[in-house]
Amino acid sequence: MSRYCKISALIALSGFCVLSAGARAAPVAGAPSELKIGVVAFLSGPASGPFGIPARNAAELWIDKINREGGIGGVKVVPVFTDEAGPADKVVTEFRRLALDEKVSAVMGYISSANCLAVPPVADDLKVLTILSDCGTDRVFEEGKQHPYVFRTHAHTVIDGVGAARYVLSIKPDVKTIAGINQDYAWGRDSWEVFQRSMRKLKPDVEVVDALWPKIFAGEYSAEISKLLVEKPDVVFTSFWGGDLVTFSGQAKARGLLEESTVVVNNTGSDIKDLAPGMLIGSRGPHSIVSPDMAKNPLRKEFIALYKQKYGLAPNEYIAHGSYHYVQALQGLRAAYDKAIKAAGKWPTTEQVAAAFEQIEFESPSGHIALAIGGGHQAIEPAGYAVIKFDSALGVNNFTQIRVFPARCVNPPEGMKSLDWIDKGFPGAQC
Amino acid sequence: MRLLLVVGLDGLAYASWLFLVSAGLTFTYGVLRVLNLAHGNLYALGAYLGATLVLHYAATGSTPALTYALLLLAAMVIGVVVGPLIERLFLRRVYSRDEEVQLLLTFSISLILEDVVKLTWGVTPIFADLPYTYLGRVRLGGVNYAWYPFLLTVIALAVGGLLWLVVTRTRLGKILTSVITDREVSLTLGINVPRVYTLAFTAGAVLAALGGALTAPMFSLAPGVGAEVLVTSFAVIAIGGLGSIGGAALGSLLVGMARSFAVYKFPELDLFVIYLIMALVLLFRPQGFFGEIEVRRI
Repeated sequence: MSRYCKISALIALSGFCVLSAGARAAPVAGAPSELKIGVVAFLSGPASGPFGIPARNAAELWIDKINREGGIGGVKVVPVFTDEAGPADKVVTEFRRLALDEKVSAVMGYISSANCLAVPPVADDLKVLTILSDCGTDRVFEEGKQHPYVFRTHAHTVIDGVGAARYVLSIKPDVKTIAGINQDYAWGRDSWEVFQRSMRKLKPDVEVVDALWPKIFAGEYSAEISKLLVEKPDVVFTSFWGGDLVTFSGQAKARGLLEESTVVVNNTGSDIKDLAPGMLIGSRGPHSIVSPDMAKNPLRKEFIALYKQKYGLAPNEYIAHGSYHYVQALQGLRAAYDKAIKAAGKWPTTEQVAAAFEQIEFESPSGHIALAIGGGHQAIEPAGYAVIKFDSALGVNNFTQIRVFPARCVNPPEGMKSLDWIDKGFPGAQC
Repeated sequence: MRLLLVVGLDGLAYASWLFLVSAGLTFTYGVLRVLNLAHGNLYALGAYLGATLVLHYAATGSTPALTYALLLLAAMVIGVVVGPLIERLFLRRVYSRDEEVQLLLTFSISLILEDVVKLTWGVTPIFADLPYTYLGRVRLGGVNYAWYPFLLTVIALAVGGLLWLVVTRTRLGKILTSVITDREVSLTLGINVPRVYTLAFTAGAVLAALGGALTAPMFSLAPGVGAEVLVTSFAVIAIGGLGSIGGAALGSLLVGMARSFAVYKFPELDLFVIYLIMALVLLFRPQGFFGEIEVRRI
């Protein structure tokens, strides 16, 4: 190569570097060299497959995207992934480790309701910005105690139960009897409570004929299915998830339960491909099940494309709701930092970010998210429901009779506890 | 009457499944005196390989009848390959050590095998229900039942009978009894005790994998599958007596029937009754039903 060519190449390279550097916004005054955030999800155990690892994967690819776009306030985001498996006290210890040893600026994650209840008091003590990302319990901000550093960027499980009840009545308005089969722990109990209360309020003559409580991960439901076949309720509600849900669906289908009763489930995602056609399903928000308009959302299109590119996605696979929820948490965090930086004119303190987080609204792959309740700490989301229909041409499960209930239709208004709202007949609901 | 029939049939289905899993666990303990915490992982490996073979075979569109042979093949492959590896590489080094060391070792193997499953099959659930649905269903007592759980009952009876025959009616059974009774005397009699241990552990591994492979068509497989049934199996063999095949059968039947009855009459207590039975049995017979007679420990 001639000397002239070498110099030209160097100049071109320098120019490219300058332009590239220009693509990343200059960090604001007082900014740290990196923004470390703890990302907590089930990385082992039965909840890792349907929830934890898809959520972690989504967080990783979205952080990569944020960094490609210049980071948050010009600062690169660095995740510290942590396993959520184990008892709540171990999860709290891990939270302390993230805060005190890793010195993260924020922690996002938590899929288990027990962990979502255990972590907030510690987050308040340590003054660590914490974003609950996929758990179901409605109790976090409804039990009187405020958590100034804690936010939840997805809806709690009330949308799933109220949405299921409204959907069941739109599909099967003459329902007379209902029964539940739910795992015997917080998620199962909370889900059933919301659904059966909603059903009884929306259609007072509905009779609850049974409530079955198999152990989580029991895997064998012969006795429960027999009992449901004997009782023949019009509707069977379940909040099973992952392997338990697919197993129940397979055993119920083989024994004709789906011919005797309408089965509705409030919590599906990546398992949709294996569920029996005819089941009524919800996906904890407008994630897998969306209206045609919502499917055009550019962030959603981008997220699905990135996910397919990085982790692969078979034609019959749907992305887990946990993945969407973790991306929502990151979008919320970014929006809060951007707002706080703009207000402060420099890198904000944790308190300034927390103040900016309250009542925030932002866009996500699941649409517009607003932290509208829980004193501005709790998000509301629409609830998507549909009937599974097997597409014989493509050989995959698809949806029919899609219905997306608006966020204000399936969430209580600010200042009202969820169960009170249901018992009072859903005052202020905008359906 | 109808209630009794339905409770009995459901209890039998659950008991058959429990027996298939707990038979290998108690057999291994009976011979080696090692409580294998990796038993649930061998179950998971059998289940995953069985489901994989079924899914690949189903994609060819051939007759589903052969899928049952594939499930048995999966159990044999896992048991015969992984069983001797674990015994020769790891367990052999801790037979003379304290039980705590043995438990920690098998727990470590359990964690490693769980990651092996994840690395091999990923975390997306696998569901291969063709063998379950192919047999269709029958109506008994006004309730539809799938035929497949009854096939498990037949296989559980066959496995129990085969183990009983081997132990009580064959030369190998006499050798096993001798090794269980007194390892040192068996050595002086010229019995190749390490080989017997390998054989016994392999048989336990095959039984674990068989339990997994045969239940795979009823279950969606995800990481951690096998952990819950292993816990219930511990209750079963504690009730029946550690090391006793007959005890495992009785424990399975008791737990299966009690759980089934609870689901019908006291659904809030379906888990509680399992451990209530265990607590009552251990209160009055700490060694379990068949736990005290050494010569009947396998």
